[in-house]
Amino acid sequence: MLSIEKFGFSFWRGDNWDPVSGDFGALPFLWGTLYSSILALAISTPVALGIAIFISELCPSGLRAPLVFLTELLAAIPSIVYGLWGIFVLVPVVRSFEVALPDSLREIPIFSGPPLGVGMLSAALILAVMVIPYTSSVAREVLKSVPIAQREGAYALGATRFEAISAALYYARTGIVGAIMLGFGRALGETMAVTMVIGNTPQVTTSLFAPQHTMAAVIANQFREAADELYLHALIEIGLVLFVVTLIVNALSRLLIWSMKPHRQTAKARATVVKNVAAA
Amino acid sequence: MRGTLWRKTVSWLFVAFSGLSVLIALVPLAFILFFVVGRGIQALNLQFFLGTPKPVGEVGGGMSNAIVGTLMLVGLGSMFAIPIGILSGVYMAEYQGTRSASAIRFAADTLNGVPSIVIGVFVYGIAVLPFQQFSALAGGLALGIMMIPIIARTTEELLILVPSTMREGALALGATRARAVFTVVLPAAAPGIITGVVLALARIAGETAPLLFTALGNQYFTTSLTQPIASLTVQVYAYAISPYEDWHRQAWAGALVLVSIVLLCSIFARVATHRLERMARGT
Repeated sequence: MLSIEKFGFSFWRGDNWDPVSGDFGALPFLWGTLYSSILALAISTPVALGIAIFISELCPSGLRAPLVFLTELLAAIPSIVYGLWGIFVLVPVVRSFEVALPDSLREIPIFSGPPLGVGMLSAALILAVMVIPYTSSVAREVLKSVPIAQREGAYALGATRFEAISAALYYARTGIVGAIMLGFGRALGETMAVTMVIGNTPQVTTSLFAPQHTMAAVIANQFREAADELYLHALIEIGLVLFVVTLIVNALSRLLIWSMKPHRQTAKARATVVKNVAAA
Repeated sequence: MRGTLWRKTVSWLFVAFSGLSVLIALVPLAFILFFVVGRGIQALNLQFFLGTPKPVGEVGGGMSNAIVGTLMLVGLGSMFAIPIGILSGVYMAEYQGTRSASAIRFAADTLNGVPSIVIGVFVYGIAVLPFQQFSALAGGLALGIMMIPIIARTTEELLILVPSTMREGALALGATRARAVFTVVLPAAAPGIITGVVLALARIAGETAPLLFTALGNQYFTTSLTQPIASLTVQVYAYAISPYEDWHRQAWAGALVLVSIVLLCSIFARVATHRLERMARGT
């Protein structure tokens, strides 16, 4: 590929993206992808785990099926619809939040930047909503595979609900990490909804309000316009790296989730329940 | 050991948070559906379904080209994804536990996680670049690649559920393995597999990213396989980021059509699986 020949590894260190003069640095896209995905995970993970726990452990059984259906509906809504909703509904709301923020807070780097509405915050919020169903449905499956004796044992030792469930969570920790990583893989590759609200401006900044760019978004935006070979190859290289990264994240998450499946309750696991409850 | 009151409070807070997170997730869902239905219905009329896009500045027009385009692209994708998907599902179910079946399952799951934009780039490389032509065929190929893992995994899961006595009965009567699978096991699982295919169709109909530079999009009505073709999703995208009020209205209408397709398919699948479960329990 031309971009590898010409720039080598400095392609991923450069922060100047200038197709006109043929200078390509992809750091802003890498940054934007990682920053938006990690922010999204930080928001979605507690919520998704909360949903999984509520559905599998707490809610009355009659409510279970409808709740599963509704949360999975979140995954079924096309990302273009999320994006449309993002542009016309979420972005104005985020903008008025940004405008309303007191000046003293605006001094903090993550709240600096013009209150445009489009930018990292909107992208992370929309990504978080889109990732929730994936994480929560896998986490639910994983929790289901925790032997019932695990909980009964905890309750028998006098554990509260929280203590019993955290023992189950601890038992299922590999699978839970797998579920979170699966969501991470989704967030890394999400294209349409993100490109519609993130502002598509390549820059490396921690500001939540600043418009930024992601790897998937730059491909979606510029691929058709990439006139010369170098430009096209630079975009394809970004696609290749995105592919490899999501492949690794997905493969790892699948291995973690699968390692949960053929389990037997071991003496060690039983001992952990006792230990956890005693510690609580 | 901390005090009982403290432990009970923590536990209660935990349960409350857990319930609250369900609400947190359902609020955006409700908002999205509310806006899509509310704004979409205002723009939805007969012209939307029958007309083609008007030139910039003229009010009106519709998305008939995009609706037909989406149907064609999804149809093209299914034409090769359904056979491949079902057959690989059969393989995974029949050779359950073997190394190659696990490898295929792993590949299918990983393919399912590949970002759709990357699939677009891949198909651009194999089906657009060599012919120097964006086409409906390339778009269909991209959608088909995304459908394969979904269909394969659903087929596998449903085939495993078919009681092994049925398979054994067929084999005992002297059927070959292939005959047992295709005349006994597959038909028994057929309703479930059809449901899985419907869900895959719904998901794929809403894809935008893989079509951006394969099927490209088209302002005109066409059914040619070798020409760029419009699709609802790409059209909604183009209209959403345009500066025209009337196009925004139509984007909402397009989104409503997309969401209706997804909702109807999901509800259909839900009812169908409910039925299957009841049949499996024998009630």
